[in-house]
Amino acid sequence: MIKLTIDKKTIEVEKGTTILKAARQIGIEIPTLCYLELEDLNIKNKPGGCRICVVEVEGRRNLAPACVTECTEGMVVHTHNVRVLNARRTVLELILSDHPFDCLVCAKSGNCDLQDLAIKMGVREIPYDGEKSTFIKDFSPSIIRDIDKCIMCRRCEMMCNDFQTVGALSAINRGFDAVVSTAFEQLLEKSPCTYCGQCIAVCPVGALTENDHTGRVIRAIADPRKKVIVQTAPAVRAALGEEFGYEPGTLVTGKMAAALREIGFDYVFDTDWAADLTIWEEGAELLDRLTRFLNGDKDVPLPLMTSCCPAWVKFFEHHFPEMSKIPSTAKSPQQMFGAIAKSYFVEKLGITREEMVVVSIMPCVAKKYESSRPEFAVDDNPDVDFALTTRELAAMIRQHNIDFRSLPEEDFDRPLGESTGAGVIFGATGGVIEAACRTAYEVFTKKPLAKIDFEELRGLEGIRSASIDFDGLEIKIGIAHGLGNARKLLEDIKAGRSEYHAIEIMACPGGCINGGGQPLHHGNFDVVKARWKAIYEEDANKPIRKSHENPEVIRMYEEYLGEPMSELSHKLLHTHYFDRRSDIVIDLEK
Amino acid sequence: MSVKIALKEEHIKAIRDICSSFNNDPGELINVLHKSQDHFGYLPAEVQEVIAHELRIPVAKVFGVVTFYSFFTMIPKGKYPVSICMGTACYVRGAEKVLDEFKKQLGIKPGETSEDGQFSLSSLRCVGACGLAPVVMVGEKVYGRVSTEDVKKIIAEYKE
Amino acid sequence: MANYKYHILICGGTGCNASNALGIIDNFNSILKEKSLDDDVQVIKTGCFGFCEKGPIVKIMPDNTFYTQVTPNDCLEIVEEHIIKGRRVNRLLYENPETKEHVEDSKHMGFYQKQLRVALRNCGFINPENIDEYIAQDGYVALATALERNNPAEIIDTLKKSGLRGRGGGGFPTGLKWEFAAKSKGDEKYVVCNADEGDPGAFMDRSILEGDPHTVLEAMAINGFAIGSHVGLIYIRAEYPLAIKRLQIAIDQAREYGLLGENILDSGFSFDIELKYGAGAFVCGEETALIHSMEGHRGEPTFKPPFPAESGYLGKPTNVNNVETYANIPVILNQGWEWFSKIGTEKSKGTKVFALAGKVNNVGLIEVPMGITLREIIYEIGGGIKDGKKFKAVQTGGPSGGCLTEKHLDTPIDYDNLLASGSMMGSGGMIVMDEDDCMVAIAKFYLEFTVEESCGKCNPCRIGNKRLYEILEKITEGNGTAEDLEILRNLSVTIKDTSLCGLGQTSPNPVLSTLDNFIEEYEEHVNDKKCRSGVCTSLMQYFVVPENCTGCTVCARNCPVNAIEGERKQVHFIHQDLCIKCGVCYDKCKFNAIVIK
Repeated sequence: MIKLTIDKKTIEVEKGTTILKAARQIGIEIPTLCYLELEDLNIKNKPGGCRICVVEVEGRRNLAPACVTECTEGMVVHTHNVRVLNARRTVLELILSDHPFDCLVCAKSGNCDLQDLAIKMGVREIPYDGEKSTFIKDFSPSIIRDIDKCIMCRRCEMMCNDFQTVGALSAINRGFDAVVSTAFEQLLEKSPCTYCGQCIAVCPVGALTENDHTGRVIRAIADPRKKVIVQTAPAVRAALGEEFGYEPGTLVTGKMAAALREIGFDYVFDTDWAADLTIWEEGAELLDRLTRFLNGDKDVPLPLMTSCCPAWVKFFEHHFPEMSKIPSTAKSPQQMFGAIAKSYFVEKLGITREEMVVVSIMPCVAKKYESSRPEFAVDDNPDVDFALTTRELAAMIRQHNIDFRSLPEEDFDRPLGESTGAGVIFGATGGVIEAACRTAYEVFTKKPLAKIDFEELRGLEGIRSASIDFDGLEIKIGIAHGLGNARKLLEDIKAGRSEYHAIEIMACPGGCINGGGQPLHHGNFDVVKARWKAIYEEDANKPIRKSHENPEVIRMYEEYLGEPMSELSHKLLHTHYFDRRSDIVIDLEK
Repeated sequence: MSVKIALKEEHIKAIRDICSSFNNDPGELINVLHKSQDHFGYLPAEVQEVIAHELRIPVAKVFGVVTFYSFFTMIPKGKYPVSICMGTACYVRGAEKVLDEFKKQLGIKPGETSEDGQFSLSSLRCVGACGLAPVVMVGEKVYGRVSTEDVKKIIAEYKE
Repeated sequence: MANYKYHILICGGTGCNASNALGIIDNFNSILKEKSLDDDVQVIKTGCFGFCEKGPIVKIMPDNTFYTQVTPNDCLEIVEEHIIKGRRVNRLLYENPETKEHVEDSKHMGFYQKQLRVALRNCGFINPENIDEYIAQDGYVALATALERNNPAEIIDTLKKSGLRGRGGGGFPTGLKWEFAAKSKGDEKYVVCNADEGDPGAFMDRSILEGDPHTVLEAMAINGFAIGSHVGLIYIRAEYPLAIKRLQIAIDQAREYGLLGENILDSGFSFDIELKYGAGAFVCGEETALIHSMEGHRGEPTFKPPFPAESGYLGKPTNVNNVETYANIPVILNQGWEWFSKIGTEKSKGTKVFALAGKVNNVGLIEVPMGITLREIIYEIGGGIKDGKKFKAVQTGGPSGGCLTEKHLDTPIDYDNLLASGSMMGSGGMIVMDEDDCMVAIAKFYLEFTVEESCGKCNPCRIGNKRLYEILEKITEGNGTAEDLEILRNLSVTIKDTSLCGLGQTSPNPVLSTLDNFIEEYEEHVNDKKCRSGVCTSLMQYFVVPENCTGCTVCARNCPVNAIEGERKQVHFIHQDLCIKCGVCYDKCKFNAIVIK
């Protein structure tokens, strides 16, 4: 143990503890900006670059960054004396002197670490009026990059490279011109970006935000000629409450449904319904491949990989196109929902697909891109018109002046709002494969499951594997969340180091509960863990917990599709993949 | 599967050869970039794409490295690259005025290449010939004790 | 050197090469051959003599005759007069600027009298491309002895006792640094020579590498043996083609002689060296940035600890030393720490190489014992201020250092005194300034360099230095306010206090030291909109001196903005509101009728 003094308080800490953490232990909050540490995920961003957390250490020539300086025996630290305050304020003024003053219209206003700091430090004027950075603003389908606001904290670069291994972003240039951008400063669309949105999730300022579609959704609802229906992804209900002051992990399913009705959606549906449908299709595909494999067909593409996550899909299209036969051809729940809504459901309503607007509420920004993929449209009319994030929904609720906390608990509409516990757990890592196992087991063995919970598939380890006993047949399952982990898993498979029958991959650490469209965790991973718990809680409370028992899905097959993998199913619910390696084309306007 | 780029096959081969001479080791990126710039005269985006592909690193990273080091350039140098030493010794002996004169005479700024591709202008930090300050280099040739009046003469030596 | 009567040493450094040293060598060789003297006289291309001001230099041994500013056309006369007839060619001898007398040999030249050459001991004496000549000067003896005694701890102990401190700028005790690396555990360790000399106006490392590459190789091998490393890397500026070439030759020769490679001198110790190229980033002089650059990344520094001694190149224990530091080591080991520690001051032992440049008569590379005064350097070695102007300041430590003034002239130079005077040793740039230099403009010049070279990783350096530069620019353009001076100081102090690495922690030094020593110049710029040195063009005004003006109209005809009015044979007049201060009228007037105020 090491004994030191911080702001006249004596404290003992373990060797290796930083000044920042030691101070936190005794309730002294040292402001930070670039520092980010998610210990559960082994995510660390400590470049020591922002210099906001500097403190005075007696006997040291210059100020020390608290986030990286380890405590030493007898150290005497001052975190808020006048030397520190003056330096910290000057550094903050410098950052602000190269930052646009458009807080009024900035998507991050009110939720911006830099703004918070400026308020806390009481900055009222900037004594410098020098040059400001001017870069091109980049609008991709999912992400808007306004890197004039970049403060070089490098969190996005770290997520994109170290954690996700996507490599779309890098620090470029030098000195004052240094900024995090893409290769050749091209648009994200020309990069291998998967739109996972983890860059947004960690950006402390408004440099990276989602492409906001709330205005267009309001316009659609206001249009009397349109039937506007909404679907909400499982992870949204476990996080939306945070935007309205609820403890992380509070389920707000009923209030959310009520709020969506209040906003004016004609039908309030549930993506969980489509998740159940996905299990029907994907489960059937798995069993089909397994059966063929067991019957001696060695060309069957195995393992089957889940394809619900659009960022993951784009990732393998860029980095592993040679493996494009392996993923399930099943569309994601969002797209299955859209396809059914604009076929089965418009028929039921007796309207055309052009008269229907499908909105989805997603924990994800890649879903925006997914809904814009041309193969998910019929005559340029997309199956899903707008994909909003959880944050955008919260903003809409506030815009409508809805008192969220006093809303009644309401239920989803039928038919596309009926769901099972299996659909709910799609929101957490391991959930999709557990849902698939619940169904595949019973369909394959024709026996009821003794225990519905597959605890062995749950957890927050980056890469997990488990064997499931399908009545004598051992099914090997691999799970990865985070694209860097996915890459490792895939490379192991490619090299023949591991054999799986089925693999689940989610791009975001923790799964959709920590998607790029969720309320910001501000570096506190306990928030994500609480959401994770809530998802399984919702599952446990559901009367039906297996997808193949969803009555509305069963009815839809009877009335419309026939059976899984039928011709119509293939047309509406399955897709194909592209080799996007060649997508990265130099396109410089010169 | 290959990267779709507008480079001739022989150019791609040249880059691949450079990369493989360094065992396609990403740690040798800077040496690879040096050799590639020696070969092409500059590092256009297409060349960086191939290097990234060969070394299996994101092209954004390659670009990040290229834009970090002042030795690397994405703009082709002129046939006669003019460099003015802006080391302190040259500065205090009037290098800035010499640079200004070159700017005026050539009509380009440091980092630029004249439209006819003949001259490019750059300032560099100390070639170590401080005894001859201020120093100007055209290609490999060193001119010492250059005054603003000499600038016209130096350019005339190369004008075609 | 025994069989030859004469040796003609010709400087083959970059400076003299630039003024056709190679032509001189070729001429000597052909003349000697023609006269069948090539068995009696050997022509040797050496490294830098240091006296670059008067290059190209030709030195005749054994009599130490020192010819300056030699051209290829002078070779015949030197051979016929000096070599054949034994008579010195007086017109080529160095002329004492004060007495106007010719100085016969280098031993009597002020430039050399005060110098003590340890690191540069072989530069200008041996052919750097011939390992035998290095060996003849006790080369590789230190390595052989070290391997024979087989006691790494002893080597480190000797270095610690010698008091040698890092010559790259920081002045960290070298022996201590080696000890850390030696104690660090790792399956491989690395020895790195920092040859990324980036200080504008400093070229001591280049001169050593060009003039005596083997000393660096030998020291690195000793370093490897002392800390348990088998791989040496030299991180060298790509802008130093000659140094790279000579290093490569030296490495090849050392391998051939079994002084590098597997099982050196049958000791069982293996060590080899490869070159890594820098690509133009001053910040890569910082050791963590240098290591990242060698790994193929952007050369951004990282927070220490961990120090490279624990986790450096590829995450392994790494010892980084600068070229000049290495050049000292074989001598220290050969001559003993007692000898070395007698040179210098109490806390700064040995010598330091400086690149003396700027407004002195003798520009060049000098090596002096620590403790020498600036006065001795500038007036005795440097031969005083050029053109009889008045001394104003000297900048040591390059962009990281500060300006020293008249009052510091008699301060003994060592690490601690320079730091106490608001400057630093740095890598050894020493730029002398006279009354014609504007100190605000000098500060701006250095800041421009820092802004260009900041890596951009931390905010104080990335944005702060930019703002410092902008404020200085504002002041030199005549738009500064008294408040700007306050902001300059506070910003400078903050940047020093909060920056991530040594670059940012020292970059405001030129501003602070000029504010401290030349505040009146700042105040003149701000309050009176005046630049006393006439450097800041925006603050200058051109006037016609009526007594001198003949009305020739040349100025009016050449003025690009028609700011000059006047009839032929009448006194002309400059409209200040139109004048763009281009200076054309001043240059064109043949009658000294235009003045700048």
